[in-house]
Amino acid sequence: MSRGGNPLVELTLWRIREFLREPEALFWVFAFPIVLAFALGLAFGSRPPQSVRIAVERTGQFEPLFSALDSASGLRAVLLDPAAAERELRTGRVALVVVPGEPAVLRFDSTRQESYLARLLVYDALQRAAGRRDVREIRESKVRERGARYIDFLLPGLLGMNIMGTGMWGIGFAIVKTRNQKLLKRLLASPMRKSQYLFSHILARMFFLTLEVVSLLLFGYWVFDVPVRGSAWDIALVVVLGAMTFAGLGLLVASRAQTIEGVSGLMNVVMVPMWICSGVFFAYSNFPDAMQPFIKLLPLTALNDALRAVIIEGMGVAAIGWPLGLMVLWGVACFGVALRVFRWL
Amino acid sequence: MSGFGAERAVPGAVATAILCRGLTKRYGDVVAVDGLDLEVRVGECFGLLGPNGAGKTTTVEILQGLVPADAGAVTILGMTWERDAAELRQRLGSQLQETKLADKLTVRETLKLFRSFYRRGRSVEEVMEMVGLSEKRDTWVVKLSGGQRQRLAVGCALVCEPEILFLDEPTTGLDPQSRRQLWGVIAEFRQRGGTVLLTTHYMEEAERLCDRVAVMDRGRIIALGAPRELVASLGAEHVVEFGLADGGRLDEGDLRRLPGVVNVRTADGKTYLTVRRVHETVPALMQLLAVSGAALSELTTHHATLEDVFLSLTGRHLRDE
Repeated sequence: MSRGGNPLVELTLWRIREFLREPEALFWVFAFPIVLAFALGLAFGSRPPQSVRIAVERTGQFEPLFSALDSASGLRAVLLDPAAAERELRTGRVALVVVPGEPAVLRFDSTRQESYLARLLVYDALQRAAGRRDVREIRESKVRERGARYIDFLLPGLLGMNIMGTGMWGIGFAIVKTRNQKLLKRLLASPMRKSQYLFSHILARMFFLTLEVVSLLLFGYWVFDVPVRGSAWDIALVVVLGAMTFAGLGLLVASRAQTIEGVSGLMNVVMVPMWICSGVFFAYSNFPDAMQPFIKLLPLTALNDALRAVIIEGMGVAAIGWPLGLMVLWGVACFGVALRVFRWL
Repeated sequence: MSGFGAERAVPGAVATAILCRGLTKRYGDVVAVDGLDLEVRVGECFGLLGPNGAGKTTTVEILQGLVPADAGAVTILGMTWERDAAELRQRLGSQLQETKLADKLTVRETLKLFRSFYRRGRSVEEVMEMVGLSEKRDTWVVKLSGGQRQRLAVGCALVCEPEILFLDEPTTGLDPQSRRQLWGVIAEFRQRGGTVLLTTHYMEEAERLCDRVAVMDRGRIIALGAPRELVASLGAEHVVEFGLADGGRLDEGDLRRLPGVVNVRTADGKTYLTVRRVHETVPALMQLLAVSGAALSELTTHHATLEDVFLSLTGRHLRDE
C-alpha cells in the first residue's frame, strides 16, 4: 500500500516533460520568434529609406537628363539601352524609365507604390534642372522616437503570433497524438478525471507561456531597445487571457481530429489567415475597408491590439476593454463547444 | 460494492466477477458482438480465444465500460457501469491492445502517473519489481523493447492492485522469451487471488494460462470450457495432418474407416485426422496411399490443441497464416 501523487500535478509534469524532451518543439517555441525578430529587426531597422532605382534610356540627348536625375536625392539612375530598360522595368528592377526627348516621357506602372514615388521624385528633379524655383518655404522636422519604429510594431505582433502558435500546437498536437496512439482510451479506463486531464494542458501552457513571453520581451529590450511601457500586471493579464483564448481554440481544433495530418491541416486553416490579416508583420489598416470589421473580430487581432496598447503605448487595461472582451468571448465559446464535442476514444 | 462483499462472504459459494447477458454491439451493418453471454468467476483466469475480428476486443471494451453496448446487461463485481463507474474504475486494471504509452516518459514516471489516478494501490517500486523493469526505471518508453513495453503496460494495470485484470492480446507480436516473462507476471497476479480476463489468438497461451476458455467466432461463443475439456471433446488426443502432391484426393469414407480415426476434416488443401493412437493410424494411412497411388507432400502429427478444436468447430484456422 502506498500513497500516489496528485493526479493534476502528475498530468502537468507529463506535459512539461514531454515538451522539454522534444528539442524541435523547444526551438520553434523559444528560439524561432527571437530569430525572426532579430532578422526582421535588422532587415527593416531604422535606416534611411533606400533610394529608388530608375533607368534612363540611352537615346538622343540623355547626358543632361541622366546627370540631373542621378544627383537628385532619393534617386539612383542607370543608363540602359531601350530593350534592356524595358526588360528591367517589366521585372521590377527599376521603378521607372525615362525616355529622353522633347517632351521627356516617363514609363512606369502606376499601381506600384515605388514607381509612384519615383515619378514624383523624377518630376521634381527634371523641373528643378529646367530652372523651376520653389515659391513657398517649407521646413522639415524629422522624428525618430522609440516606439514608432518597425521593430516596436513587430515585437508585440510576434509575441501575439507566438502565443497563438504555441497555444494551438502545444495543446492541439498533444491531444491528437494521445488520442491517435489510443492512450486517451487507456486513460479513460482509469479513474482519471477528464477535467483534470484538460486542465493539466492549460497549466503546462501557463508554465511555458511565462518563459516565452519574458524571453522575447527581454530580447527586444536588450537588442533593439523596444520599450515596455505598460505595467507588468497589465501585460500579464493580456498575455494570460490571450493564451487561454488560443488554448480554447486549440482544444476545439483538436476535439475530434484522429490523426496528426488532420489536425495540422485544420490548424493551418485557422492560423494562416490570422498571420496575414491580424497585424503581425504589418498593420491591418492596409486591408480594404470592407474587410476591416471581419479582421477586427479575429482573436489574434484583438490580442495584438491589446499587446501593442499595453507594451508600446503603456495603456492600462481599462482602455482596451473591447479587445479583452472579444478574447474572453472567443475563449468561452471555443471551450464550450470543444468540451461538448470532444472525442475521448 | 456491498453486493460483491456479501457474495464473497458466503462460504463455499463461487463469487462472480463478471457477468454479462445478451451483449450486442453493431458497427453499421457489421455485428461485432452477437448476443453474448459470459460468466467469469472470482479468482479464475478466463480466456477469450478467437481469430482477428471475432469480437474479442469489442467485448472486452464493453466490459471495461469504454464502449457502450447496443443491448445486453453487464455486471462487474456486483456493480454496473451506469451506477458505479467511478468505483469500478478504481478496482479494475486494464491493458488495451492498441495503446502506446507516452514515448518520452520514463518507466518510473509512467507508473507514477497511472498510480496517481487511484485512491489506493501498490508503490511504483513494487510494481517495477513485479514486472521486472526495476533496472529500466529511468529509461524512456521509446527506448524499451516490445516485451518491456508490454510489461510496462501490464504494470500500469497493476498499480491499483486491481481485483480484475483485463488483458487484450497482451503477448501479440512478442518473441517467445518476452511472452514467457509476461506469463510469469500474470501467474503471479493470479497467485495473489486476482481475476484475469484475457483475449488471445495464441492457443498455447490460452492452454497455459486459462482455467476456462470461451472460443469466439463472429461475435458468438461457440465453445466454452477448460482447455483440456475442449480438447477432449474432439474425442481423441492426436491429430494427423497431411497434404497430397499434385492436388491428389483420397475418399473421405476410406479415411474414416482407418483404425483409430475419430474425425476427418479438410481445410486449405490439407486433411486433418483426429485419432486416438497415432501408431495405429499412420501405417494404415500409408497403405491406403500406396493402394490409391497418391503421393504425400507433407505429413505431421501433434497432440490435439485448441487450434484443432477451433478448426473442427468452424472449418477454419484460428490464425491467418
